[in-house]
Amino acid sequence: MAERFEIRFSGAGGQGLITAGIILAEAASIVEGKNAVQSQSYGPEARGGASKSEVIISDGPIDYPKATIVDACLAMTQEAADKYASGIKDTGVLLLDSEFVKREPQGNYKIYKFPIMRTAKEEVGREIVANVVALGAMVALTDAVSREAGEKAVLSRVPPAFIELNKKAYNLGFEKVKALMD
Amino acid sequence: MAYDYEKSIRPGKLPHIWCPGCGHGIVMKGLIRAMDTCGLDKNNTAIVSGIGCASRLPGYMDCCTLHTAHGRAAAFAAGVKMAKPEMNVLIVGGDGDGVAIGGNHFIHACRRNMDMTYVVLNNNIYGMTGGQFSPTTPTGANASTTPYGNPDPTFDISKLAIGAGATFVARTTAFHATQIDKLIAEGIKHKGMSVIEVLDDCPTCFGRRNKFRSVVDMMKRLKEVAVPVQAAAKMPAEKLEGKILTGVLFKEERPEYCAEYAKIIEKAKGANA
Amino acid sequence: MAKKTALVQGNEACAHGAVYAGCKFFAGYPITPSTEVAEVLAAELPKVGGSFIQMEDEIGAMAAILGGSLTGAKALTATSGPGVSLKQELIGYACIAEIPCVIVNVMRGGPSTGMPTGPGQSDVMQARWGTHGDHAAIAVAPESIQEIFTETVRAFNLAEKYRMPVQILFDEIVGHMRERIEYPEPGELEVIDRAKPDVSPEDYKPYDSSKGDIPPLASFGSEYRFHVTGLNKAADGFPTTKPDLVDAEERRQIRKVEANRKDIEKNEEYMTEDAEVLIFAFGSTSRSARYAVNELRKEGIKAGLFRPITLWPFPEERIAALGKQVKGMVVAEMNLGQMIYEVERVTKGSCKLEGAFRVDGEPITPAQIMEKVKEVN
Repeated sequence: MAERFEIRFSGAGGQGLITAGIILAEAASIVEGKNAVQSQSYGPEARGGASKSEVIISDGPIDYPKATIVDACLAMTQEAADKYASGIKDTGVLLLDSEFVKREPQGNYKIYKFPIMRTAKEEVGREIVANVVALGAMVALTDAVSREAGEKAVLSRVPPAFIELNKKAYNLGFEKVKALMD
Repeated sequence: MAYDYEKSIRPGKLPHIWCPGCGHGIVMKGLIRAMDTCGLDKNNTAIVSGIGCASRLPGYMDCCTLHTAHGRAAAFAAGVKMAKPEMNVLIVGGDGDGVAIGGNHFIHACRRNMDMTYVVLNNNIYGMTGGQFSPTTPTGANASTTPYGNPDPTFDISKLAIGAGATFVARTTAFHATQIDKLIAEGIKHKGMSVIEVLDDCPTCFGRRNKFRSVVDMMKRLKEVAVPVQAAAKMPAEKLEGKILTGVLFKEERPEYCAEYAKIIEKAKGANA
Repeated sequence: MAKKTALVQGNEACAHGAVYAGCKFFAGYPITPSTEVAEVLAAELPKVGGSFIQMEDEIGAMAAILGGSLTGAKALTATSGPGVSLKQELIGYACIAEIPCVIVNVMRGGPSTGMPTGPGQSDVMQARWGTHGDHAAIAVAPESIQEIFTETVRAFNLAEKYRMPVQILFDEIVGHMRERIEYPEPGELEVIDRAKPDVSPEDYKPYDSSKGDIPPLASFGSEYRFHVTGLNKAADGFPTTKPDLVDAEERRQIRKVEANRKDIEKNEEYMTEDAEVLIFAFGSTSRSARYAVNELRKEGIKAGLFRPITLWPFPEERIAALGKQVKGMVVAEMNLGQMIYEVERVTKGSCKLEGAFRVDGEPITPAQIMEKVKEVN
């Protein structure tokens, strides 16, 4: 883990990306005992339009609490990609939902893409867990936390009836990206 | 034997600040008799006021007394009642304090229906600041800030209280001294927000600007305009022109706020257990 | 046993800190970015037998906590800049009537509605001088989620101990961001309750300072009956216009803070021992400043950070001493210059002074501070 690792989740308001950020921060700080800071966009934009959630993870103390230049970014919609897929490190990665982002942002970072929403809807069975699919994918892509820590954090937030659904979503996202990386 | 008011008054705090002829003292005596009737424990009774002549009343009373800022009495009182629901909470104040600067607190206190009793001493004027018009100064009347007559329409405080949700609303006047304590006592006994409006006189700031030659004239007017609500029901509309209804104007039973909140506490404690 | 940890927002940590401190009454009015404090306390207070009320407006909320506090309950309200502006008159009432209470101000941009979802630090002078009349002020400014918890507890302690309003100032950044908190065990942090009278009800005077500058406060609803007013008053609580009594009371109410600065002041110093240039920063901005100090040290610049955790009373003695030690100071604050005037007043020109200011809704970056440090080094 680098001294400071920054991840941005972006998409449409209501897609659960703020929750995805919180879960990642919990995986890092509660499950793995590292330091993590999570912040998010507020106000009208959180109720629709593009919204974002940022997580900073570090082994040491995190002084400056906002993202500077991110190591990894997720964009679930075209609007989010246009607005938030910037300030990404040259060595960084950008994950896109291939069905919703048709105009890819230009940069020296590496782009990965797969139909995240469709995966949730058709392969997991519920569109609502697209954020968990995305989280699994981002964990695979970045290694920001271990696969197990991410899963543990996801499952600690869901009621018993939804554990299998979320487990499936998280691991499917993880596997899809692993396949792309190979 | 004469009624002993002294036992309810703080030793050494009289004489009061009110002008000769002001009706506030009559209302205070009514309040004392009412508290007596209801057997209120002085230690367990808070009297809260805002700013103005009427708001000086709590200082004379031997209870837990809170003379707050202009207009804020009802909101301070809500805090006292919420934090210690077993206390008896009384609010006293004038028309400007209660329904102008304190109007928002007044209507929301009525809406919540906490078990409190608000006695409004309505003398139609800002007395302490020297006679500016208030929301109850009659249209056309003279005040220091209405040199050409008051252009403002007025509030009917009792109607305002009823409309806002108070569950006991009564009105009387400083002339009807014996009715004051009866209505206040009924208000105290009522479980919920009660408002007792007492039409009062301010000879210094209202009377002398509005052709009242004496305090007696002002008292006569209070006597003449008052019509008991039961009598009014049998009177034709033209006879009620310019009259003011007195007595219990409205009463209903509705859940009391602190009792409802006690249920929330039980629910939350249960969820916590 | 491992301590209970959680990832929470600053506003949530504040609410939990209040419960830990023994808060039993909250009155508030919804306002961004502080609303989560109210939301959490609406759920938590009834669990501990306390009560929560959402009032009709900000003024009503301030009035209600003062009424509640007089019954003996530790009381809190939470708001943001516009709400504090509305509460100011009654903050003055709390000062003169000496009613313990805590006011949380999660600062946003201003003036007026400004930027409700953006951070700001432009309410620091409002916290000091916002209400009319002469008065003392205590305000604390935490920088992290853990510190919001501990400073909330300390704010209650100071309010109860000194019988006055205490403000907690943090900004939207720390109010809304999430970090791990380790919840202290009961008893781990000191919790202070207000002093109760040790005289009989007949002899009780709510402002009797014969035994010290902070007279004990009885509770409404006990056997102690007393009068409270916003007028200048004598020891018995009743209004007075006697010049000597008015003067003595006003001075005592300011003295109770001035004479206890050592107990009230709390600062953090980072690498100040050999510092040649000092950054003065508080709240979330101090996190950028600490980052800047580390970067500057790597470049060979002997930078240090002074972070007032107690913002008011202002740490006069220490800043004066540091002003003589360093070549220059940079005051970093999310406003266009407020605390810098205090630093200037105290350092009296003994070092170079620059401000790193920002009011666009974005945090001050380490780079911005570093640039200013180089100007005064």
